[in-house]
Amino acid sequence: MFEHEDKNMALNEDLQSQIGERDGIRDKLKRMCRENPLAAVSAVVIAIIILMAIFAPVIAPYGEAEQDLINRLQAPSAEHWLGTDELGRDLFSRMLYGSRLSITIGILPSLISLTIGVVAGLAAGYFGGWVDYVIMRVADVMLSIPSLILAMVVMYTLGTSTVNLFIALSMTGWSSVARVVRSQTLSIKQSEYVEAARSIGVGRWKIMFRHILPNCIPSLIVLFTLNVPSAILSESSLSFLGIGVKVPAASWGLIVNQGRQFLFTQPWLCLAPCVAIMIVVLAFNFLGDGLRDALDPYMQR
Amino acid sequence: MEEKNILEIRGLKSYFFTDNGVVPAVDGVDLDIPEGKIIGLVGESGCGKSMTVRSVMGLLKYPGRVVEGSIRFDGREIAGLKENELRDICGKDISMIFQEPMTSLNPVIKVGKQVRETLLIHDRSISREEADRRVIEIFKKVGISEPEKRFNSYPHQLSGGLRQRVMIAMAMICKPKLLIADEPTTALDVTIEAQILRLMKELRDETGMSVLLITHNLGVVAELCDYIYVMYAGKIVEQAETFELFDHTAHPYTQGLLDSIPRIGRNADRLHTIPGVVPNLLHLPKGCAFCNRCELAEKSCHDQGVELREISPGHKVRCIKPIEHKEVTGS
Repeated sequence: MFEHEDKNMALNEDLQSQIGERDGIRDKLKRMCRENPLAAVSAVVIAIIILMAIFAPVIAPYGEAEQDLINRLQAPSAEHWLGTDELGRDLFSRMLYGSRLSITIGILPSLISLTIGVVAGLAAGYFGGWVDYVIMRVADVMLSIPSLILAMVVMYTLGTSTVNLFIALSMTGWSSVARVVRSQTLSIKQSEYVEAARSIGVGRWKIMFRHILPNCIPSLIVLFTLNVPSAILSESSLSFLGIGVKVPAASWGLIVNQGRQFLFTQPWLCLAPCVAIMIVVLAFNFLGDGLRDALDPYMQR
Repeated sequence: MEEKNILEIRGLKSYFFTDNGVVPAVDGVDLDIPEGKIIGLVGESGCGKSMTVRSVMGLLKYPGRVVEGSIRFDGREIAGLKENELRDICGKDISMIFQEPMTSLNPVIKVGKQVRETLLIHDRSISREEADRRVIEIFKKVGISEPEKRFNSYPHQLSGGLRQRVMIAMAMICKPKLLIADEPTTALDVTIEAQILRLMKELRDETGMSVLLITHNLGVVAELCDYIYVMYAGKIVEQAETFELFDHTAHPYTQGLLDSIPRIGRNADRLHTIPGVVPNLLHLPKGCAFCNRCELAEKSCHDQGVELREISPGHKVRCIKPIEHKEVTGS
């Protein structure tokens, strides 16, 4: 009789577990695409732009700095899709090459600052005490300085080069990441499963990186997608101000800077890169919003 | 008669050092767990049950800390061990099941991996395949259907009963000598509760481990335990073998707990409750901690502290005038 009952119970539990099944991360992303087409379109746009950046040498009809002084300042035509600049360089090709730098600068410093922020935030949240105090005060100081000015100072002291640009942009983003990770660590540290992990003898580093960090990933994805556009904007601003990328290399901010002189006569020189920047920044923002809604457990309907 | 104790706690004091003063959450507890026995630790919320076992496991949270006392596990003093020394014991020789199976598993790690982790931590030589095999084996043993499939489930895909089974699997996989179960069935419904309790008893019979069962449910205790400790305001107030405790309840508090169990078939308009609330541990009464709520309290109860004393072999009580039972049959 007991056996029978046990079987029934097992069956019941099985059923329950199937009914109670909630979505994994993949299902959440699928649902995001269905319910938030803007985010889905943004993801596609970003993918296309990244592909274009990777295959720039294949796609571009002309070289990055290939000059054609006879055909200077041409209007857009079948031959030069976006016209040519004051040295007769094909703007479309330059934009393609420029996207490589702009996108890399968007993503790489964001990744670096994400890594620094995660380690700092985890350490601050988990160890607490003076570790927390020191890390968070440094983060506060970083947050209190406008990031553009900080980047300018770094560029002036270290010299203007692409590597230094990476360093400058990486320095600014980590503190906000650290704050988010720290607050999540603080709450997750109190949870029963961390206590359970401690009770079975899991070491503290393993708890930090294997048990707490995976729980932060949804918010980290969102932070990342919001960090990328701001890094792209910073790079553009720095290059526009003439302390970012140097000619003959191309980046979108630099192209805007050069096109500025012809704003009233050949506006496309300035407008095209601006529109490109706008599209990328908007796409990342929309994607970030969509991901936040889809992945944040507190925003679930 | 002389049994070997797997765990001996002597004079354990764990205090919270708060801004408002020192809270004696565990105040001089003596507790023995003989090998192969199931011991119950009973009391209201906040009486120090969980604090006692947390002290054993080294899981006290700041500002709580063990002030004094000895905790001997298998003949070895483990109070005051460093965190990494204690880690070798915890999970391997002593393991613990938590109250809430819903929140005791990490939501983002597959349950099979979480159970395997225990094994990999305590046995470095074991291969991954061997570990996986043992996880599936233990899943079968604790009655998880389709263990291979469940291995790759996330906790939220499992029901409460299954999750508690996973927790038990995690606690059992290193074949511990002592299993501490902190209200293992509080969060489960009654039918699942019975299954889980039966499972724990079966595992005990099979492996010969000792179990310390913490609960506020006297029904659970009666069904499962060999010996019971009743705790109140950080102190043991009564301890006896299960039948002795139920038949010859000596402490008014234990009696109150027993009377508070709602019984099917007894038509009462109001449920019996113990009047008052657990005293603030910051301002304990001078005498017996229970005196303000005790219906039988006299003046002397308020004046002087009470020591635990033996009223019959194996039956100790912390009360000046324990309830007398007339030796009549048919009670």
